[in-house]
Amino acid sequence: MNVQATVRRPVTRAINWNRIQDETDLTVWNRLTSNFWLPEKVPLSNDIPSWQTLTAHERQLTIRVFTGLTMLDTVQASVGAVAMMPDVQSQHEEAVLTNIAFMESVHARSYSSIFSTLCSTQEIDEAFRWSEENVHLQKKANLILNEYQANDPLRRKVASVFLESFMFYSGFYLPMHWSSRAKLTNTADLIRLIIRDEAVHGYYVGYKLQRALEKVSETERQAVKDFAFSLMFELYEVEEAYTEELYDGVGLTEDVKKFLHYNANKALMNLGYEPLFPATATDVNPAILAALSPNSDENHDFFSGSGSSYVIGKAVATEDEDWDF
Amino acid sequence: MSGLIYFSSATNNTQRFVERLGLPATRIVKNTVATVPYVLIVPSYSDGEGRGAVAKPVIHFLNDPSNRALIRGVIGTGNLNFGIYFAQAGKIIAAKCQVPLLYKFELSGTDVDVARVRQGLDKFWTQQRSIAP
Repeated sequence: MNVQATVRRPVTRAINWNRIQDETDLTVWNRLTSNFWLPEKVPLSNDIPSWQTLTAHERQLTIRVFTGLTMLDTVQASVGAVAMMPDVQSQHEEAVLTNIAFMESVHARSYSSIFSTLCSTQEIDEAFRWSEENVHLQKKANLILNEYQANDPLRRKVASVFLESFMFYSGFYLPMHWSSRAKLTNTADLIRLIIRDEAVHGYYVGYKLQRALEKVSETERQAVKDFAFSLMFELYEVEEAYTEELYDGVGLTEDVKKFLHYNANKALMNLGYEPLFPATATDVNPAILAALSPNSDENHDFFSGSGSSYVIGKAVATEDEDWDF
Repeated sequence: MSGLIYFSSATNNTQRFVERLGLPATRIVKNTVATVPYVLIVPSYSDGEGRGAVAKPVIHFLNDPSNRALIRGVIGTGNLNFGIYFAQAGKIIAAKCQVPLLYKFELSGTDVDVARVRQGLDKFWTQQRSIAP
C-alpha cells in the first residue's frame, strides 16, 4: 500500500506579487533590494595605515566590538528572522524576512572582511574566543534567544526590534568615534551601510507588531507594552555592564551610554511607544551624530534660530514627473 | 488662524507626534484640500540613493497648484540612520516649493522636539503675519 499518497497537505501556494495584501511589504521589499550591497564594494584596505596608528589596546577593543556585532548579526540571520516566519500574515512578509535574514548574513560576513584586511589570524581567533567567554555578550544573546524560542509572536517581534534598533549600538559607537577622528573611515562607510539596513529592519518589524496589536484585546496590548519596557530595562542593564567593560579603559563609557539611551528611545518609537530616556540623558556627542550623517547640516533650521536664509514661498509649476518617486 | 497639514503612513509615527503637539492639524488623505496658509510635516522614505523620499499622497497633494500656493514651510521627519538622506522628503519639498525647512526630527519625536516645534510654529506665524502684504 502506498502510504505517501494518503498524506493530505494544504494547497501549496505560489507567491503572487501582483496581489498584495499589505502595501508596506512591497515598499520595504523595494527599499531593501535597492539598498543591497556587499562588503567588496568598500575599499577597506585603505584603512590599513590608519589601523596602524591605533594602540594595541584600541585595536583589541575594536576587534572585540566587531566580534560582538558579528554575533548579534549571526543570531538575527540564523534564528531571529527565521523564527518570525511562522507568524507572517502574508507570503510577501515571508519574502521580506528572507531578505532580512540574508542581509544579516552579509553584515556578519562583512566583519570578517574587516578582520582579514586589518588583523592577524591570532588576533581574530582571540577575539572570537573572547566573544564566547564574555558573560555580558552571552547574556545579551540569551535574553533575545529566549524570546525567539518562546512561543509568542508578539514578544518575538519586540525582541527583534530591540536587537535591530538598540543592541547593536554599543558596538556601532566605536567606528563612528574613530570616523569622527578621521580614523578607519572606510570601515565607517561599511558600518553606515549596516546602520541604514538595521533602520529598515527595525521599522518593518515594528510596523508588523503595531498591525498585530490592532487584532488583540486592550489587555493583551497592555501586557505586550509592559513586557517591552521590562525587556528594555533588562537589556539596558546588560548593555551598561558590557559598555563599561569595553569602554572604561578608553574613557568613553559615559559617551556610549548617551548613545544607548538615544537609540533605546528610537527602538521604542519603532514599536509605537513613547521614548523612555529624557533629553538630559540622550544628548549624544555631536561628533558621533555628525559621523552618522556626514556632510549634513543637522543644526541648520529655522526653529533652532539659524533660519536667516529662508525665502517666502512662491508657486512653481510641478507635475507628477517632477517628483522623484 | 494658520494651518498644519501632515502625512503619516501606517506606522503612525508622525500621527503620534501631531497628537502630542496638541495643535489642530489635517492628515493628508485622498483629495485633501488646503484652505489657509499651512506648514507641512512630512516623513521621508528614501532609499540608499535618496530616491523615492516623498510619499505619493504628498506628491499628489502638492501637485495641486492651489495647495502648493498656500504652503509656507516644511518640517521633515526621518531617521538619522539614513545619513545624508535623513529627512530627505522635507529637504526636497523645501527646495521645490521654495519654502524654509523649519525643523527636522526623528521618528515620532522626543518631548524636546514637541516643545521646539510648538514654540517655533508660534514664532514663525507671528513673523509671517508681520511680513504679509
